Amino acid sequence: MKCGVIQFPGSNCDQDAYHVLANVLGQPTRYIWHKDATLGGVDCVVVPGGFSYGDYLRTGAIARFSPAMKAVAAHAQAGGLVIGICNGFQILCEAHLLPGALIRNKGLKFICDWVQLRVETDDSPFTNACRSGQILRLPIAHGEGCYFAEPAVLAQLHHENRVLLRYVKNPNGSVGDIAGICNANRNVFGLMPHPERASEKILGSEDGRLIFESLLQAVVTSR
Amino acid sequence: MKAKITVMPKKTVLDPQGKTVQHALESLGFKGVKEVRIGKFIEVELTGSNKAALKKKIDEACHKLLSNPVIEDYEFKIQ
Repeated sequence: MKCGVIQFPGSNCDQDAYHVLANVLGQPTRYIWHKDATLGGVDCVVVPGGFSYGDYLRTGAIARFSPAMKAVAAHAQAGGLVIGICNGFQILCEAHLLPGALIRNKGLKFICDWVQLRVETDDSPFTNACRSGQILRLPIAHGEGCYFAEPAVLAQLHHENRVLLRYVKNPNGSVGDIAGICNANRNVFGLMPHPERASEKILGSEDGRLIFESLLQAVVTSR
Repeated sequence: MKAKITVMPKKTVLDPQGKTVQHALESLGFKGVKEVRIGKFIEVELTGSNKAALKKKIDEACHKLLSNPVIEDYEFKIQ
């Protein structure tokens, strides 16, 4: 699986994502600078966490218009895999690659904690290595992680089985306890928790590796 | 010319900042505060004097970048 990790000014989880893909999973991985207009033929692209462009205006609002994000949109359109983590999820929503938006946490505080997440379905390239109903333990670190979408959009997400992860105990006020969703074609995934920070035992949890192993499995079986 | 743009969270969207400020006003003894909502005010200096054309341009800017129509409403004046 050829992987790419986008780097925006202000990204700070890019190296963690690179480390997991390149060193833990042993896959060929490269960084993609935000000014690059092409992704170099990767199978899977990670839009990492951080504070792209200082979170100015709204989280993800500026990053969305970068040349690399135009390439990500084209990659997604062609059926390529895209995973947006934390700020990456916010960027994918701003870019309309995923529906809804991430707004300020209900309690107004930045939350840095471990949470439990329920895998709602294993029917996706991002969760196929998990079991439906499995509980994952992953860290969150965000100030704007409260997922919002209009009731009609929520009904559609539910109907199409596109909520992949829900919080067991809602930390931030997200509607429907939503922690991660995919698009209608099931090739674009956004989630607030950080699987790349929990993919090795020494970090306190290995559950995040299941997300990346799912991607690998999806790419290998599609060949 | 100058565009004065107000961006507000939609009525259907939670505004925890507004709620917190409302409670703070109440605890300071300000009576009769029914609701507080917090948004953004943006000023954009413009070149050109064709008001209709500028209006169209700012409307597009608001829709594309300055607001997120999923969660926010906007209005603006050009002066």
